[in-house]
This record gives sequence, C-alpha cells and structure tokens, in this order.
Amino acid sequence: MQPVQHNLPQFVVLIGASAGGLEALGRILPVLPAHYPAAVVVMLHQAAGSQSLLPEIFAHRVALPVKEADDKEHLQAGTIYFAPPSYHLLLEKDVSFSLSKDPPVHFCRPAIDILFDSAADALGPLAVGVLLSGANEDGAAGLAHIAREGGVTLVQRPSDAQIDTMPASALALFTPDHLLSAADIGKQLAICNIGECRGTR
Amino acid sequence: MYPASDFDLEMRLLIEAIYGKYNYDFRNYSGASVKRRIEHALLQMECRTVSALQEQIIHQPDRFGVLLQYLTIPVSEMFRDPAYFLAIREKVVPLLHTYPSIKLWIAGCSTGEEVYSMAILLKEEGLLERTIIYATDINPRSLQKAEDGIFPLDTIQLFTSNYQKAGGKGEFADYYTAAYGSALFDKNLRRNITFADHSLATDSVFSEMHFISCRNVLIYFNRELQDRAFGLFSSSLVHRGFLGLGSKETVQFSSHAASFEAFDRQERIFRKT
Repeated sequence: MQPVQHNLPQFVVLIGASAGGLEALGRILPVLPAHYPAAVVVMLHQAAGSQSLLPEIFAHRVALPVKEADDKEHLQAGTIYFAPPSYHLLLEKDVSFSLSKDPPVHFCRPAIDILFDSAADALGPLAVGVLLSGANEDGAAGLAHIAREGGVTLVQRPSDAQIDTMPASALALFTPDHLLSAADIGKQLAICNIGECRGTR
Repeated sequence: MYPASDFDLEMRLLIEAIYGKYNYDFRNYSGASVKRRIEHALLQMECRTVSALQEQIIHQPDRFGVLLQYLTIPVSEMFRDPAYFLAIREKVVPLLHTYPSIKLWIAGCSTGEEVYSMAILLKEEGLLERTIIYATDINPRSLQKAEDGIFPLDTIQLFTSNYQKAGGKGEFADYYTAAYGSALFDKNLRRNITFADHSLATDSVFSEMHFISCRNVLIYFNRELQDRAFGLFSSSLVHRGFLGLGSKETVQFSSHAASFEAFDRQERIFRKT
C-alpha cells in the first residue's frame, strides 16, 4: 500500500513555538547532528505571508537540510521541515504532510494543536513533541494528546522561555517527560534513539 | 504505519456509507483533515460516536445535509491572495483577449467569493460580456449562497483592501449594495455565471475551458484524487489553456506534470502544453 520510501524516519520530532520561539530554536536546531535518524517539523507562529523566511534563516546554522513542508510530501529522516505560513499543517498516517485552509484555531493558522493532534494520531509512540516559548495556549492540548498516545514530550522550562504562557499552559494540563532549557532540549533531541530520548520521568 | 484506532475504523465505514448512499466520495480525501472535521461534526451534531452518526446518516437523509456542511467547511475571501489576481490581470488577460469567446471554470467555488472576484476582474478588463463562468462545488448550500451573492458586511473591508492590492481599477463599493448588515453583489456580474453541482472525485469533463481556477481544493485530496482532478483539468483545457492553483499547490508531482508548464511559478499559474 505504501509507496517505497528510502530514508524513512525512525521517529518524528515536532516543535511548536510562538513569540520568543525563534531564539529557542536557535539553541536547539544547530545541536542536531548530521545523519539524524528522525524527521524534524518546526511550526513557528509568524505573520501571514506567502513564504516562510525560516528555511533561509537556519540553512547555514544547522547540520541538516532544511525546507518548507510541501503538501503530500513524504517525510525523510535527517531533514528539518518548516510549516508554511497561513496554512494548517497535518501529518497523515503514511507519514506525509497535508495542508489545510480550515479556520484558525486559537486565532492561529498554522495551529500547533492541529499539527500535534494529527501527529499523535498518525505516529503514536513515534511522535516526539516539543513546546517552546509563546504568548498563547496553542499546542498545549495537542502535546497532551501526543503524551496520551505514548509519544515523548518535552517542554521548555518557563523560566528559560522568553514568554512562558505556552509552556505554562502545557504544564497546567499534564506532566511532560522532560522539562528543560532550550539548550538541554537540543541535547536531549540530539540523542538519536527514541528510547533513550524518552528517558525516565 | 501506526495501527488504526477504533475512530479510524468507524470513520472509514462512515465514508463508505456516505458514498454508498449519497454518492459523495470522500474516500480519497486527506485523512487527517477529514478526521478533524468529523470530530467537529460529532460535537456539533451531538453524537457520542462516529457509529452513532453513521446510523443517523443512513436512516435520516436530512442529517447528511447537516454533516456535509461540516465536511466541506467554506473558507474564502474575495481577491484572496491579491497577487494571484494581479498576475491574471497583467499576464493572463492579454492572452485571453485573443479569444472571441472565453470559458472559465472555478472548480470548488464554495460560497462564491472567488467567482465574483473573477467576474469583477473580467468586467474591468472588458472580457465579462464574452465569458461564460462555470462555478462548481459539491455542497448545494454553498452553491446557493454563491448564487445569492450576499456577503456579510463586516468582510467588505478586507475584500476592498484585497481588491485594491489586486489592481482593481474602480471603486469596490460600486459592485455591491449594502443593506441590513449585508453586501448584495451586482446581479449584472452573474449574468454569465452558471452555478452547478460538480465533483472532482466522481464527475467528468463537461466543457472545453480556457482558464480553470481551482485553489486550495486539492490540498484536501490525496495524491490519487489530485491526479484524477489534474486529469480532468488537462482534458478540459484548450491547447495553451491556463490552470490557476492555490499558493502551495502544484501540478509538478502529479502524473499529469508533463501536460503543463509553469506560466507564473510564484502565483501558481500553469499552462497546458
């Protein structure tokens, strides 16, 4: 049924961030090693526009290839995908992306909750959800969903976040596997094995 | 692949039931979006499970009419992505002028925002009189709204700003009459518009087109259904006809890629080769 895929990711890291998240991403993404066995999906709330500047910003600061996520694209290991502005981004069961123009959630499109919910459904224990600095509660419920489906969850420690509303919203809902500074989230993710990345609570 | 949940199983059965009973084919829609919409419908329609919803859908046809509204959420605005309309105005219109009569198809027109945008653009370019616009959708309620041409007044500010960015040549306010919190669009705009029920999943080619605009519809389809739609578009278009897509859609990865070339890559306008 599935198309033949080379370089199928061993697991998928999903990072949601909003205000203050760019700085945190700058401490996380450069830490990920070349030949990373997972695919990395980054969703940062940003002003509506047709093109995301993030792939350009990070291209020369990270060891992995970066690109904007395309509709129906199959995720590859060792690639960092950025969510395009003004569309929701969802993960399908065959580990491909879908875009949607459905109405905003929490006034956000893209909404991190939609990405995380779809990833929890599609990947179960192979989803690694990360929630960083932000000024609203988008992503908190989705991250809890990832946890319920057996995925790994990491939240930026509120004191380490430029704006702590987003991480605090997640902590109000559930206890993540890891509560860390952005630098330590980078180190934790750089562990290339999902079992070790999960660690102990 | 992560194993299917009970919800996934029920969802598949519901979609089969809808196809079997009403001939609406959602089987090749992107699963993740359909799932969200069904979850939303469950809450709104007060069903505890998808199976409970399925029972209603099979035995109470009026409930399908309700569910269809949740499965085909209309989200649009007039002159959405103004640069797309500007590109049509500046680059496509001069070529359309070479045809004695023009047929334009807006596939998946929802509640008609893009249809009126296109009619206004063609009127300002002196082409409306010799153009037939086919506006199609699978949702009869959306089509009726499109035909009525009435939009909430609070959307007009955004539409006006889009119109100006899209190279509008007149006063946007000249195209509608405001009353009771609504804007009623000029009936003359829709003299040459045919609104019709048409499904890209189950229906076939119905006329020869010079321009097809189908934006942010294909993202809701899987690759197989996208391919079917591109096949319809390719068969419908005249030689050198135009295909306009949404800002993140492309014909590039479809099996019909060779039938098209990029005409304006940035604005996702393709041309049949």
